[in-house]
Amino acid sequence: MNVDVIEDERQHQFVLNMGPQHPSTHGVLRVLLKMEGEYVLDPQPVLGYVHRCHEKIGEYKPARAFMPNTARMDYLGALIYNQGYAMLLERAAGIEVPRRAEYIRVITSELNRIQSHLLWYGAYLLDLGAFTPIMYAFDDREHILDTLEDICGSRLTYCYCRVGGVCKDIDDKFIERTRAFIERLRGRLPMYEKLVNGNIIVQKRMKSVGNYTPELCARYGVTGPLLRAAGVEYDLRKAEPYSVYSEFDFEVPTEQQGDAWAAFNVRYREIEQSLRIVEQALDKLPEGEVMEAKVPKKLRLPQGDYNCSVEAPRGELSYYLVSDGSDIPYRIKVRTPSYSNLSVVPEVCKGMMIADVVTSMGALDLVIPEIDR
Amino acid sequence: MQTLNSYAPEIIRIVMAVVGGAVVVFGNALVMGYMERKLAGHFQRRTGPMEVGFHGLLQLVIDGIKLMSKQLVIPAKADKPLFMLAPIISFAPVFLPLLVIPFSDRIQGFDLDVGLLFVLAIASINVLAVLVAGWASNNKYSMFGAFRAVAQNVAYEIPMLLSLLAIVFMTNTFSLRGIVEAQTVWFIVLQPVAFIIYLICMVAETNRAPFDLAEAESELTAGFHTEYSGMSFSLFMMAEYTNMFIVSCIATVFFLGGTSGIPLPYFEYTGIIWFLLKVYLFMFFLVWIRWTYPRTRFDQLMNLCWKYLLPISLVNLLITVVVVKL
Repeated sequence: MNVDVIEDERQHQFVLNMGPQHPSTHGVLRVLLKMEGEYVLDPQPVLGYVHRCHEKIGEYKPARAFMPNTARMDYLGALIYNQGYAMLLERAAGIEVPRRAEYIRVITSELNRIQSHLLWYGAYLLDLGAFTPIMYAFDDREHILDTLEDICGSRLTYCYCRVGGVCKDIDDKFIERTRAFIERLRGRLPMYEKLVNGNIIVQKRMKSVGNYTPELCARYGVTGPLLRAAGVEYDLRKAEPYSVYSEFDFEVPTEQQGDAWAAFNVRYREIEQSLRIVEQALDKLPEGEVMEAKVPKKLRLPQGDYNCSVEAPRGELSYYLVSDGSDIPYRIKVRTPSYSNLSVVPEVCKGMMIADVVTSMGALDLVIPEIDR
Repeated sequence: MQTLNSYAPEIIRIVMAVVGGAVVVFGNALVMGYMERKLAGHFQRRTGPMEVGFHGLLQLVIDGIKLMSKQLVIPAKADKPLFMLAPIISFAPVFLPLLVIPFSDRIQGFDLDVGLLFVLAIASINVLAVLVAGWASNNKYSMFGAFRAVAQNVAYEIPMLLSLLAIVFMTNTFSLRGIVEAQTVWFIVLQPVAFIIYLICMVAETNRAPFDLAEAESELTAGFHTEYSGMSFSLFMMAEYTNMFIVSCIATVFFLGGTSGIPLPYFEYTGIIWFLLKVYLFMFFLVWIRWTYPRTRFDQLMNLCWKYLLPISLVNLLITVVVVKL
């Protein structure tokens, strides 16, 4: 006699709630994983745990006063967010920036990018279960923070850029320390390569995890190192050179495979390229003022809408501002890279093992306050 | 009276063995706790504990007091009796293997004829504890950790035993003392393949990184002991450290000649000093790779065992048998 066994799919599946407090979501991100055994059938990110209404706040105060808020969106790329917003307002009000100020902005932004990548490097390997690299990466990162603290006054949430320049000139001590840091990090990168990048467990964990294609990236608006890992050479610093980036000689690292290992290598090689930019900028640093003198006290932006995009450590950052002619913006919209990058997770992580989900979310280099704003 | 008198030395022996076992368990937990934190610190360009006592020597005492005074939190929907039982199942059996390990010519609780089997049999009880802990916690992460631990430990016991069997064939005995005495040349020289296989299995059996899948904290927060706190957590930790000690002892007995070594000035204690030095060499190795390597993925871990270690150890066993018996 045959007995029919009723196999209900739902009896095998369960939902694992990863986050909002979880060691590898790096902040208060929550991901609902529908699982079958070790395999993830359907990952769904749940957002909104650190939403602070930054865009709405922008509609209630003078355009200039929004500058500190930009730093608090992406606490690892604060200077780049500063620079983007300052450029937006300058573009809207038609203000010229002194060349020295542009150079200083590039130097500090690139240092900011390096420290962001170093933190990611350590934290990503922590996700993979290697405890030690983060201590080494933090050690290097500390030098950048100390250097920037001397001129910006803070270590993480800078408010250094102003409309028409930067608030404080750099001194010889800063230049000296930055050069010493470049020397130091160049000496240590081979050590990282030998100890970590060449490790077979690291490579096996990352290779063929995630499958980013140019088509997929275009569909979800994925930008930054992930897009370059899929083989598209798209970096705003090269594609639409803003500020003074066209004056420097640097490469845009790209890889073809489109997996976590490719993203890892792209980010890692960007550190070296950023070092090159900083070095050249220090060599060419022009003399002069760092603040445009003719910036009006009350900054009225002409009626219209303005846009400005810069390359943040995690991808393309866009500011969009609509002005009704007063000094308070009618609307500010920030397009942050992590938000779009995260939206790709449900598609890419489908069918992966849970360990691979951690690997591929780490490759996104998520900064949660930037997603929630 | 006559009978009692003849029993007396044996009773004293048993009491001493038990006390000695307890000393080893707790002493080893203190030494390893300190060693791991200090070594991890120095691997990571920091100093490790420095505040309590000279170079943080008393840190573990303070930690012990803290762990003992902490509240035991039992999750609301947990299976309470099993939840309380799991750390005890994990911790209680670790005394037993210590009885048969020959620390020196004279320090050994009891020389069993089937010493090796006894040690491996007792060591595998730990899997049951992990499974009970994971099940009783009523937590998905714990459950995951338990599943992984069971699959992993069951798989790695096989190549572990096979690599040791090669040596049993050479010495014709399961007794640990017999194996120590049979080594005119250390078996690491004669059986290098078995040694490497055992070394890998040893890391996997004790659930240490890079094979710490059962408590992979970046995936499973803390794996099977997610819900445990205070003393129940520290029982798991002590069981882990003692298991490390036991597998290191087995490695020393089987591959590094146990107590043998150049005579030291403290002639009487030469054996035990060499033995402990070798054991802590293995412990250092375990700590070293934990703080150096990232974690493997679960399927990679299983592939390593079933596709590489198992066939290689079988071939190694076969070659040994052919060479020894023909």
